[in-house]
Amino acid sequence: MTGAAEDAVDVIVVGAGPAGIACAFRLARAGRTVVLVERGTSAGSKNVSGGRLYTYALEAVEAGLAAQAPWERSVVREQVMVMDGERSLTVSLAGGPASTPGLPTSVTVLRARFDEWFAGKAEEAGALLATGIMVDSLIEEGGRIVGIRAGGEEMRAGVVVAADGVSSVLARAAGLVGELSAEAVGVGVKEVIALDASVIEDRFAVGQGEGAATLMLGCTDGVHGGGFLYTNAASVSLGVVASPAGLSGSGRTVHEMLQALKGHPGVRPLIAGGHTLEYAAHLVREDGWRGVPRRLTREGFLVTGEAAGFVLNLGYTVRGMDLALLSGIAAAEAIVAGGDLEHAYRAALGRSGLSATMRAVRGYDDLLQIPRLYRMYPGLALDLAGSIFEVGPEVPRPVRRRVHAALRANHLPLRTVLRDGLVGVRSV
Amino acid sequence: MSTVERLTVPDLLGRNTYEVDEVEAHIAIDAAVCATCAEKPCISVCPAQLYAVAPDGVVTFDHAGCLECGTCRIVCVTGGIVRWTYPRGSYGVRYRQG
Repeated sequence: MTGAAEDAVDVIVVGAGPAGIACAFRLARAGRTVVLVERGTSAGSKNVSGGRLYTYALEAVEAGLAAQAPWERSVVREQVMVMDGERSLTVSLAGGPASTPGLPTSVTVLRARFDEWFAGKAEEAGALLATGIMVDSLIEEGGRIVGIRAGGEEMRAGVVVAADGVSSVLARAAGLVGELSAEAVGVGVKEVIALDASVIEDRFAVGQGEGAATLMLGCTDGVHGGGFLYTNAASVSLGVVASPAGLSGSGRTVHEMLQALKGHPGVRPLIAGGHTLEYAAHLVREDGWRGVPRRLTREGFLVTGEAAGFVLNLGYTVRGMDLALLSGIAAAEAIVAGGDLEHAYRAALGRSGLSATMRAVRGYDDLLQIPRLYRMYPGLALDLAGSIFEVGPEVPRPVRRRVHAALRANHLPLRTVLRDGLVGVRSV
Repeated sequence: MSTVERLTVPDLLGRNTYEVDEVEAHIAIDAAVCATCAEKPCISVCPAQLYAVAPDGVVTFDHAGCLECGTCRIVCVTGGIVRWTYPRGSYGVRYRQG
């Protein structure tokens, strides 16, 4: 690295996750000189997600990429599990056409493997991958960002792209994003638990190479949050995400919730005999479109991916990697277009459908903010479902009475349920 | 093995690979400021349980098992975390699964 301007590259991308790699890949394809800087010893070694990637976004980077990607399993079974105490109610959806013929709509991935492969693709396209480098600060001259400092050395570029993740040190340093609030995020923990491939296929009722994605409600001790279980090739990813604001001072911890989840009768048989390979943690943005900063660029600087808040938690599905890929593509298109960076970036984000997608689901925030969703509704759902299967010597009670009894037992007045239902209807 | 292991946090961290920076801690706290904090949210939210209150009441932090999630930085409202950054290049946790 050198400070000499003549050695400057066109673009420095900081962070080799999906956003940064997609951006570097597309810039390299467009003939720009790109350095992709990563603090881990390899791309992916610092990166964590629940584990599901929607393939359309990888195809948007370049057609044909998804088929080459080292994914774990194609998701053919979508499940929602509602839990209360020892009980669980699972809705399982299987079958249905793929959005792209011949390609699964979504696949599970493990990031150490996936991101390393993807960064290799960017290198093949001509980007220079520099690993083991932690960027300390931005170089600013006359209000313009002109490069980065790392380990006492300087590197200059026409544009610096911050794709440095949810805690984005660089976007904060550039003044584009403020401090995240504890209400705007969830803290997620995950265990990757080794299991034989055939065992996974038997337990989740899927074929060879196929898998399931399960989201869980009611496993967070009443704290805003939920759980997830994804099947990998020879392991499962089991995790819990909970609001740090809800955890603070409550005496509850997210790692305890995960240990309890492992022992839950609805989960235990699925992971029995497994061996934990790794424990990871990651912050998940939950503020949707509201969390995207008003300005995404400065002169010579642009923020993308999770650092820019491009994450969606809809309760039944979480989208991070696909939005990261789309935003990385948009960042590259904006840089290639030249002119006003903010204008070009917004236009590219618009073309990709990312802005519209995030705006379209704004109402979900209201739904997911209802505290009863985590405290009372899981119990109500289990009581109602359970009452259907109740058989004994006594004469069955009318359904209306059972519903009323379940509402009473869960301390839910009918008008509250109706009001929450209205929020739910409005949000979709 | 037919049961599922319930693991303590130190057990969980023991499954991970780290390149611990013995020279520099990427997160630093000011115990005097932490002493004025009533809530101490860091203690319950850190998924690696690296924040603790010693018997003498002093808040302690050990950077060695850090998962680099950033949650402590967000919940610290008193300002006891006086430095929060990532470990120097190539140091810290090395996820093999991710």
